[in-house]
Amino acid sequence: MVEPVLQIDNLTKSFGALRATDGVSIDLRPGEIHALIGPNGAGKSTLIHQICGTLRQDSGTIRFAGEDIGALNTAQRAQKGLGRTFQVSSLAPEFSALRNVMLAVQAKQGSSFGFFKPVMRDRSLVDPAMAILERVGLADRARLPAAELSHGERRQLEIAMALALQSKAFLLDEPMAGMGPEGSKKLTGFLDALRREAPILLVEHDMDAVFALADRISVLVYGKVIATGTVDEIRSNPTVRTAYLGDHA
Amino acid sequence: MLTRENTVNLLLALLLLVAPLAANAFGQPFYVTLATRIAILALAALGLNLALGLGGLVSFGHAAFFGIGGYAAGILSSHALSYEPMIFGLPGTVQMPVIWIVAVIASGLVALAIGAISLRTSGVYFIMITLAFAQMVYYFAISWPAYGGEDGLSIMVRNQFPGTNTMKPLSFFLVCYVVLLAGIGLFALIRASRFGAALQAARQNETRVATVGIHPYRIRLTGFVISAMITALAGALYADLNRFVSPSMLSWHMSGELIVLIILGGTGRLFGPLAGAALYVAFEFALGGLTERWQFFLGLILLGVVLFARGGLLGLLAGKAKHG
Repeated sequence: MVEPVLQIDNLTKSFGALRATDGVSIDLRPGEIHALIGPNGAGKSTLIHQICGTLRQDSGTIRFAGEDIGALNTAQRAQKGLGRTFQVSSLAPEFSALRNVMLAVQAKQGSSFGFFKPVMRDRSLVDPAMAILERVGLADRARLPAAELSHGERRQLEIAMALALQSKAFLLDEPMAGMGPEGSKKLTGFLDALRREAPILLVEHDMDAVFALADRISVLVYGKVIATGTVDEIRSNPTVRTAYLGDHA
Repeated sequence: MLTRENTVNLLLALLLLVAPLAANAFGQPFYVTLATRIAILALAALGLNLALGLGGLVSFGHAAFFGIGGYAAGILSSHALSYEPMIFGLPGTVQMPVIWIVAVIASGLVALAIGAISLRTSGVYFIMITLAFAQMVYYFAISWPAYGGEDGLSIMVRNQFPGTNTMKPLSFFLVCYVVLLAGIGLFALIRASRFGAALQAARQNETRVATVGIHPYRIRLTGFVISAMITALAGALYADLNRFVSPSMLSWHMSGELIVLIILGGTGRLFGPLAGAALYVAFEFALGGLTERWQFFLGLILLGVVLFARGGLLGLLAGKAKHG
């Protein structure tokens, strides 16, 4: 079997008496989209936070690209190649779309301690950033401040930044949230192609998108993974149907 | 291409040069001194603006660095004049370039220590902890009798700069003016650089910076140290302007004054500190001549700026700040 890019084993996190993450084990294999679904309050966000390093797990291990990253901070994990987007877009709002992506390009190059060369005249930053904006369809919005972009465009910009990091895995937290049907459709097509670049752990409520995209689905309820399997297996799983899917399936 | 902001900046820079030249020609050295004061305060605020304006780090302790610069000038020149060696038998000096280097290095080291601890906090805690550190330096200076303690330290003869006679007000002004322009140039370079991008992004969204793999702490600490160094350079000049350095340069009033200059001029703007310093010194002079309670009116103006003109003087003159 191919070694997973991301492997989470027996992860536990409690807040007081609440076990927000209760012995979770999931993995992400090369080339796949692994969707993580579950009702509100199931602990999806808590899990994401632990994977990214904004929260520290109580116990369990997180291995990424063959390394234990459980003790690293957010910036170090990003440097290892963990690309992330947020449930609520997180950008530098005053910077243009271009400068946001350039920040990611600069981080990827590993040198943020240049003091004298203007970034806007640095082809090694501007050109790759522009190419990525073109790829996600934001080239004509490149000069607009991130704060002035539409909701959907901000989501695309976040993905552009994750792309600029040449991530080894993408962690997308509800990328479809707040998108219109048209936008969702476009983004679904985009993510479908993105998995060839790096595997995606997709947290999503939009079941149409999940069923269209996912190679595997894990269902998280009360901090526990109650099922993992292909789309068909999950759809026909009686426990999942009662716990979450309801009449969706 | 001359944008509106660049035009305003250019005019400000020219005005600060032409006014003292004219005053000197008409035999009014007092106004030259006033312009020198503006240039030096602008440089001090420019330093703080790097941390506060670009990095969003509201340091309420920059007087520490301003004062360290001042004491570097005072201590070095007093040893040079008394021929007493300092620690390690090193001689003092009356040469400004040497004094500046000492001021910058000393303040940089102190800022590294203060920043390393303070930057583990943020928001109100950061403001308070930088204030606390500055007050420690203040009380240290007060209780150090070797260099004047509470009474301060006089600089008998203004320190020298090669090739000019700094005792002439205009010559000293020109030295300060050139240093200010160099400081503004450095600020502009840093703001446009990779480091500047990371520093400004860390102000706008810390999580975002960490998520692309840049450590916000390291970026901020570096910014804080550079910021302190520039302010210390201004402190050395300020001591030479007054030919006197005392703990008042280290007091929290001074830290507050630097913040006021930035807010008056326009936070994060390249020429904000100069605009703010010019406005401040002009008020101090004009209103101070009428009433000794001029700071009451300054307070009203500050209130007006904060309520109605967030961009400060530059915001009024040159419109909103633009990012590339």
